[in-house]
Amino acid sequence: MKDAVILPRDSALPKSANLSPDGTGRTDALREVLSRRYDVLVVGGGNAALCAAISARRSGASVLILEAAPKFYRGGNTRHTRNMRCAHDTATEILTGPYTEEEFWEDLLRVTGGQTDEELARFMIRESKEILHWIVEQGVRWQPSLGGTLSLGRTNSFFLGGGRSMLNALYLTAERLGIEILYDAEVTELDIQDGMFLSATVSYAGREVDVRASTLVAAAGGFEANIEWLKQYWGDVADNFLIRGTPYNRGSMLKMLLNKGVQEIGDPTQCHAVAIDARAPKFDGGIITRLDCVVFGIVVNKHAERFYDEGEDVWPKRYAIWGRLVAAQPDQIAYIIFDEPSLELFMPSLYPPVKADTVRELAGKLGLDPEALERTVEGFNQAVRPGIFDHTILDDCRTEGLIPPKSHWARPIRTAPFYAYPVRPGITFTYLGTRVNKEARMIMADGTPSANMFAAGEIMAGNVLGKGYAAGIGMTIGSVFGRVAGREAARNARN
Amino acid sequence: MHATDALHEADRLMTVCNSCRYCEGLCAVFPAMEMRRAFSDGDLNYLANLCHSCGACYVDCQFSPPHEFNVNVPQTLARVRNDSYKFYVWPKALAPLFERNGMAVSLITALSVGAFLFGMMAFTDPAVMFGTHVGPGSFYRLMPHNTMVAIFGAAFLYAIVALIMGFRMFWRDIGETSATLTNKVTVWQAIKDTMQLRYLDGGGAGCFNEDERPTDRRRMYHHLTFYGFLLCFASTSTATFYHYIVGHPAPYAWYDLPVVLGTLGGIGLLIGPAGLIWAKVQRDKALKDESRWGMEIAFTAMLFLVSLTGLLLLVLRATPAMGTMLALHLGFVFGFFVTLPYGKFVHGIYRFGALVRYAKERRALHEPTPSKARALAIPDPKPGT
Repeated sequence: MKDAVILPRDSALPKSANLSPDGTGRTDALREVLSRRYDVLVVGGGNAALCAAISARRSGASVLILEAAPKFYRGGNTRHTRNMRCAHDTATEILTGPYTEEEFWEDLLRVTGGQTDEELARFMIRESKEILHWIVEQGVRWQPSLGGTLSLGRTNSFFLGGGRSMLNALYLTAERLGIEILYDAEVTELDIQDGMFLSATVSYAGREVDVRASTLVAAAGGFEANIEWLKQYWGDVADNFLIRGTPYNRGSMLKMLLNKGVQEIGDPTQCHAVAIDARAPKFDGGIITRLDCVVFGIVVNKHAERFYDEGEDVWPKRYAIWGRLVAAQPDQIAYIIFDEPSLELFMPSLYPPVKADTVRELAGKLGLDPEALERTVEGFNQAVRPGIFDHTILDDCRTEGLIPPKSHWARPIRTAPFYAYPVRPGITFTYLGTRVNKEARMIMADGTPSANMFAAGEIMAGNVLGKGYAAGIGMTIGSVFGRVAGREAARNARN
Repeated sequence: MHATDALHEADRLMTVCNSCRYCEGLCAVFPAMEMRRAFSDGDLNYLANLCHSCGACYVDCQFSPPHEFNVNVPQTLARVRNDSYKFYVWPKALAPLFERNGMAVSLITALSVGAFLFGMMAFTDPAVMFGTHVGPGSFYRLMPHNTMVAIFGAAFLYAIVALIMGFRMFWRDIGETSATLTNKVTVWQAIKDTMQLRYLDGGGAGCFNEDERPTDRRRMYHHLTFYGFLLCFASTSTATFYHYIVGHPAPYAWYDLPVVLGTLGGIGLLIGPAGLIWAKVQRDKALKDESRWGMEIAFTAMLFLVSLTGLLLLVLRATPAMGTMLALHLGFVFGFFVTLPYGKFVHGIYRFGALVRYAKERRALHEPTPSKARALAIPDPKPGT
């Protein structure tokens, strides 16, 4: 369906779309919000929310966006993204070759191990082809894959300037179209009766306000930044998790919706976790704290013992398993140990590695038992068999008689200086969500579709992505279902 | 480890940026950064002078203030860049001229205007100074042509020598050799990049000045200034040709080439610098090196004043005010030339040098050698080498 380009139909639409979060604009904005009944209320401020808002507005609806974060932190995890996975039948200016719907589907099937809704997934993949162009019409610019990500050059389109740049473009378009946007506006209560949304209570500028709208689009992300919630499944272990995105992904919308009878989907205990630098801040460390040097050395826990095959698989498959592995270790901490020849074989990251002239000294700096670390390194070195090292393939450098083994890229660690990175689990997103159909309409616990509630983005990603991850697929889910949700919500509001 | 705090901060930022790389498509700075893993003072001075200050990386960065990583590349590189001008200056003893540059340029210019006024009044009859002159050679009744040539030739030559010496310092500091400057393909690429201001467009999305909207017009103002300057230069060159080869001394009729070129250029030099200064005033504080406000403004203001006095001279040349206007204009032109190596003008010289180097590095990177092809085929290759 082609979206109609329309001008703001209501001249009374306020021009205060870009409100300063602390300025005097807040009272005026509040008055505006109170006085209107919107066709579509979008809760959230990331890719999915903006796509929904823009698509609804272009279909003729009046739209209000409520973003819980302050303006700088708007957009949740979208801030930290950099690309989107879309199917395409031919190479383009920025994509090196075709990526068919079928291939996309096979990739999705593989990463999820079949935990996906085939009908929804195939629908999303088909729609993703159009998104490649639609998103450009909303002001977003593409560029070829970034340095160090050439393996994604065929499948993924990269945002020029990254995720925040993409967000900025969407916000500018939203403002231009006359969509109302409030920052620091957290929804604290939803009035839902028999699967029908009536109004939302918003905490804004120190007041609680009721906002009424004909339809609701929930695009407020997951609950990865809500440590208390994570603790329900992980226990105190979750205290040692680092959250890769903003502290605002608290899942309060998700929780309210599930409490009001929306059917849940996705494993609540699961989250996407990678091993990131333990020195990263608790929240919002983003991409620059990731480490991809596990394959070049060994990984030990706080007892200086190895616990998993570091050479099991190639990037990116190995990338997503190490967060979970470290989470299972005592105190949720581990150390990647390597030596001089490996130092420049991987992407640089924010913090420099810990450096020492001997393994013993390195242990001292890390607070590990020096004898234990020497023993582990020596044991590993003894077990390494000769081979031809090539980190671009599954090479024949492996250990023998070692438990756990290192099946590829095993080279003795004996050339000073020695290096280490401390790592902890870094949580990217959660899988629990609201069930939806192809209209992005929420499904209630009894299986009936909601009268006027839609969901898009991470909050419903579990429908398509039951587990695992493929680079850029979160953005595909956000844009495709955001666009659909906005369109359907606008249609719903008209009827 | 680094010579200044600004360099230290730039090093920190390049480490942050090198582990992110989202801004790779915005300009030349980030691809150049990716070719390195460690950053010497010379490297950072190179990157700082390569930066066109479009502001896109600040607006696009998920780690810019108020984020705790406090990533502000445009401002930090502006500080490094402004420091580098002082560092490369010739002669070294004049480095303090960059410190309070606005004051220094104003003072030197005021002195030179005063000297021209005083000189003309002292050496010419008041009747001539305040009389009305028309026809060929009328300017030279106030100041002999040879005197004018000697004074401005010397000032111009001095500026050229000082600029070349400064460039040599820069070129050596960033670790370049003269061979790079003789490679025609590389230099031609840099000339094209300069003439188009290729990297002043935020990667195609536009530049940023006041806020997160890409509404910046600095590129247009800079074009007006730059091409205005070139037109004025062409005007002077044509006039020189007329004088010595054709034997046709100034002033020229309004339709003659030197006047047409000079007038068009002069208009560009009024609108362009005024726009640039206005944009600078409006610019988000977060993007500016405010400690160098004087220098940021002085050179641009001089361009404006040289042009303004020149155009006034054109308009008033058949009135008794001509003598005064001539002294005023010549005073500004003289002040302009002698302060050229000690102000913002040098940004163009070093940026061009940085673009030459970048053109060379880009070519080296894209040459399809077998090892390069292999490096491109693997995920996460070692950046550069």
